[in-house]
Amino acid sequence: MLRLFSNSLPNNRIVYIGLLIIAIALLLNPWLFGGSKALLIAAKICIFIVLVASYDLLIGYTGIISFAHTVFFAMGAYGIGMSISFYGPHWWSMGLGALSALCISAVVALCLGLVSFRVKRIFFAMITLAIASAFAIFLNQNYTVTGGEDGLSFRLPHILTPANEFISGKLGGARIDGKLLSFYFIYALSFICVFLMLRITQSPFGRVLTAIRENEFRSNALGYTSNVYVIGILIISSCFATIAGMMLAMANRYVNTETTASMQIMIDILLMVVLGGMGTIYGAIFGVTLVILAQNYLQALLSLATGATTDTPLSAFFEHERWLFWLGVIFIISVYFFPQGIAGFLQKLQGQLTRKSQT
Amino acid sequence: MRKLHGQYNPDVPNPIGEAWWTHSDTQAWLVIPGIMAIFFGLVPDVSGWLTLTIAGLAMGMMLFIMTAGFNLVFGLMGVLNFGHSVFISLGAYAGYVVVKNNIPALLSENIYVNLGLLTTAILFAMVLVGVVAVVFERLLIRRVYHNELMQILITIGGLIVVEQLMYMAWGSENIIVPKPAALQGGWSYGNFVFEKYRILAVVIGLVLFGSLLLTFKKTKIGLIIRAGVENREMVEAFGYNIRLLFTAVFVGGALLAAMGGVLWSFYEEEVSGQLGSVVGCFVAALLVGLLSNYIGYVAQDFSHYTTIALMITVLIWRPRGLIPLNE
Repeated sequence: MLRLFSNSLPNNRIVYIGLLIIAIALLLNPWLFGGSKALLIAAKICIFIVLVASYDLLIGYTGIISFAHTVFFAMGAYGIGMSISFYGPHWWSMGLGALSALCISAVVALCLGLVSFRVKRIFFAMITLAIASAFAIFLNQNYTVTGGEDGLSFRLPHILTPANEFISGKLGGARIDGKLLSFYFIYALSFICVFLMLRITQSPFGRVLTAIRENEFRSNALGYTSNVYVIGILIISSCFATIAGMMLAMANRYVNTETTASMQIMIDILLMVVLGGMGTIYGAIFGVTLVILAQNYLQALLSLATGATTDTPLSAFFEHERWLFWLGVIFIISVYFFPQGIAGFLQKLQGQLTRKSQT
Repeated sequence: MRKLHGQYNPDVPNPIGEAWWTHSDTQAWLVIPGIMAIFFGLVPDVSGWLTLTIAGLAMGMMLFIMTAGFNLVFGLMGVLNFGHSVFISLGAYAGYVVVKNNIPALLSENIYVNLGLLTTAILFAMVLVGVVAVVFERLLIRRVYHNELMQILITIGGLIVVEQLMYMAWGSENIIVPKPAALQGGWSYGNFVFEKYRILAVVIGLVLFGSLLLTFKKTKIGLIIRAGVENREMVEAFGYNIRLLFTAVFVGGALLAAMGGVLWSFYEEEVSGQLGSVVGCFVAALLVGLLSNYIGYVAQDFSHYTTIALMITVLIWRPRGLIPLNE
């Protein structure tokens, strides 16, 4: 088992403990926190870990700035959503949707890769931004197939629905039903995806990606045709994003553009990647957990602060709707002062601690 | 950047006896009238065509005012300012503040009072946005000149923060701003609607375009800016403070954005935080600017036409623009 993880386990105790805490808290979430809201948030964390880690493969490891990541995320979600609403809630229709979404994503990523050769990094960012917004419009416009802005609501196969109770009543405070099963399915799939991505970054292929990020000219000169590697990583990371989209469709049981293809999601992804730490898959896990918890629970915290500052001019800053403001401030501060993100910060902390103990 | 051979050479206007219309620059200038002519044939009645043309021109002018600064900043320093759209929104909100405190002037039927109100609103918006832009540039952008990734991230951060501050001050709901009384409505002759405000927008846009052009072509500062776009290091080597120049261009662009924001909010009679959404402001500017660059790279001769082809396609496909500014 440990050989499988060789070189990809964090060589840092604090990071290690943090990851274990997150993994266990997510795993035992139905019993630790309870309630369907906590379950949904946990599922969302798992999904976004895959999404953000796959984005990290691009931005952190290879140095490609793309804003079209939500396109692939949306493709996965709509792949499942559309095929279930056409063919009904069956396993085969889900499989069909998943397979076709993956194929289309791979082809689109290939085309995107071909575009990326011709243009400089910053122009590629702009082109992908245009593609992403055009895709969101495309989804909203073709409402006969995609449901437009309302999106699609659908049912999952019976075994994954809350109506399917494996044990009647509750077990230790949690309902053992299809919803829980689908959460664990998402959990397991995310785990596998993150593991695969870790292996990719440690593989010779992944090493070349880092080389391209550091010095594309030199890696070309050494015989690693950077174009091939860039196309490769674009396809791989897009497919992971597609898988994340499929899981989102499963968890939400609806798809719409706002939760999959909007600019807001892209900004969230950026926020998570930067806060977590670029160039470390583990960073994605920290970033996602922090941002999603903040999105859902910072509001409660802020209303406490509102109570403390009522009737002062400061209270406007602590209204519960203003959590995004604080997130923006944290974002700027972290870009300036912790460009390595949480993962990098923890690593540095560990380094300082060991140095202290040695002296 | 003209190519120095064949028909592109400006010093040899007619090297091999070609007719004037084969000159690619001339053709490019003729395209807009050309399209107007084509659509004159396609749109059945003259008045409808005229209405459409003026509406299109007015919208284009306001978009130009709003996005000119973005393009300049990108051209001069290669800084992609995602926060540009907040300058537009902030300008619109500032204009709203002025209007709210001068309701009698808004309702007055006297056109000079109305124009005075509009000018005051624009000036106030410019002052406010100017201050914010200086802070934005000094605090955020100045430190990340040579790092593309950091630029994108930091300006997105700035965008979020300023946008939230605006929501704190003015709430997140859209605000209705009626046009000044004397500028409402228009004259109609049959089907032809001659909206007053659109005419005003076209006039302001043309004046601005002219004065920008004059600034760039005739003044020394314009010369330095153009030189900076061409070769930044060289301008620095000549002893000009390019950083100061950049701050000036950045703030100037923000001022234009503020002005565009005010004009646009009266045009749509609405102010919202999403005015000139990131994407809206962008895609307009970047698609137009960049596509022509790329096509220029891939197929040289088509570069002049892409913008226009794009515009036509976009406008046929989505009449309100690719991404309507307040969706």
